[in-house]
Amino acid sequence: MNALLVPFEYAFMQRAFVAAIAVGLLCSVMGTYVVLRKLSFIGDGIAHASFAGIVIAYIRGLDYYVGAAIVAVLTALGIGFVHRRGNISLDTTIGVLFTGAFALGVFLMSRLKNYAVDLQSFLFGDILSVSSKDLLFIGILSLLIALTVVVLFRGLLYTTFDPVVAQASGLHVETIEYVLLVMLALTIIVALQSVGIILVAALLVTPAAAAYQLTKRFTPMMVLAVVLGIASTVGGLYLSYFLRSSSGATIVLLATMLFFSAIGVKHLKSFRSA
Amino acid sequence: MNAQAGDAVKVVNLVVRYDRTLALEGVTLDVHFGEAMGIVGPNGSGKSTLLKSIAGLLTPASGAITVLGAPPKKIPAGSLAYVPQIEAADWSFPATVWDVVAMGRFPRLHFWQHFGEQDRSAVEAALRAVNMYNLRARHIGELSGGQQQRVFVARAIAQRPQLLLLDEPTTGVDAETEEALRRVVRSLVDDGMPVLMTTHDLDRVDEWFDRLLVLDRRVLAIGKPDEVAESGAYASIREHTHTHGHARSA
Repeated sequence: MNALLVPFEYAFMQRAFVAAIAVGLLCSVMGTYVVLRKLSFIGDGIAHASFAGIVIAYIRGLDYYVGAAIVAVLTALGIGFVHRRGNISLDTTIGVLFTGAFALGVFLMSRLKNYAVDLQSFLFGDILSVSSKDLLFIGILSLLIALTVVVLFRGLLYTTFDPVVAQASGLHVETIEYVLLVMLALTIIVALQSVGIILVAALLVTPAAAAYQLTKRFTPMMVLAVVLGIASTVGGLYLSYFLRSSSGATIVLLATMLFFSAIGVKHLKSFRSA
Repeated sequence: MNAQAGDAVKVVNLVVRYDRTLALEGVTLDVHFGEAMGIVGPNGSGKSTLLKSIAGLLTPASGAITVLGAPPKKIPAGSLAYVPQIEAADWSFPATVWDVVAMGRFPRLHFWQHFGEQDRSAVEAALRAVNMYNLRARHIGELSGGQQQRVFVARAIAQRPQLLLLDEPTTGVDAETEEALRRVVRSLVDDGMPVLMTTHDLDRVDEWFDRLLVLDRRVLAIGKPDEVAESGAYASIREHTHTHGHARSA
């Protein structure tokens, strides 16, 4: 009778739904900062660079996600450093470094005699393959990031809006920026398994960008981003079961549709008030 | 606050460089508690650079800066408030007037502390002081330039700092805003606050400031506004400023 509830009967689907909620939540919270600080290119770059970590971890026989996490955090800190100290513009740095790191991953992989890494699942994600161990990893990281956001909430908000004045008034802007970049790197690693390297940036940017269209204060923007983000991940996963489609792609497409709906609603609102 | 000993700001032989360009060479000055000092000078004379150095936003090539008895980067959070030129901000940020002014309280709050009654009343008082309380719920993108400037000044006041630095708050604002800001600044100064402010407007310097500093990478003159005027030090600046209009310096 309940064909609509079928997806929830499988253990692997249940795990996937829990992962989808966590990923939707994390990406939207971090995405709010990414959109307002205009860091979307960084998110994309970190995701690509982490591929080198995955391949190196494979060669060394380590856990893929540990390898990816180490490389992602290091590159995130690297960008922060170059951005602060260097004279090269940020987008140039990212354009050079991250495509380079991605190429290194492909290069190392192509030299392997017999590799068993499923490239496709890293590029496009495979949320259905989330194991109980993965869930534990996702849970711990989510808790850590959520806690950090709560503790640094005001500092993150002030430095996002006006870093110069925040610094003059005594906030530790540089430290906050580095912490944010590390959280961003870890969020990307958590999301990698669900939506993959290519699409993770969309999950960081799209729900927050949609929320930005419809709100005029920071906290409502973040809350709405989380609602739209979880709606996208959970809804996309659910739809992909019936459409027999790639879960990562379905999630991102749903988020994209929500984004355009948000623009539509915004125009409708301004049309009515005009 | 009136009876605080020593200088609020002491700058000795300050040299600041941007790459190879010398922005300030050998600037020496002091600002007392309860005094408003104006900084005037042509575009590119280093006015903003001087403020940023005192705010701890730039690292000098040489020289010494003491702010409230310590180096700029070592003073306690919340003790210095800096009001930048309004172009520096992202006015499309999701925040209302109230939200931005409330940020002035953040340096004083630890993460476990709630934004309490004391903070709310500081924000309200600051908004009323600049005549923006009625617009507190408005999104910052819907404000005029004068209103944006008042919001920034209100954020600095809400912080309840011990030193206030203002970077050209009167540039491009309406007469009403300028008068409102002047009254706010003067009343803070009368309560003992040291204020350091850059300006392009030489016409009312005697109503704004107790002392005036004429800057062109070095200190050309420093003293009471009328003394400085008599010395002729800013006659050349006035001419310079007028020929170049009221364009903003970086």
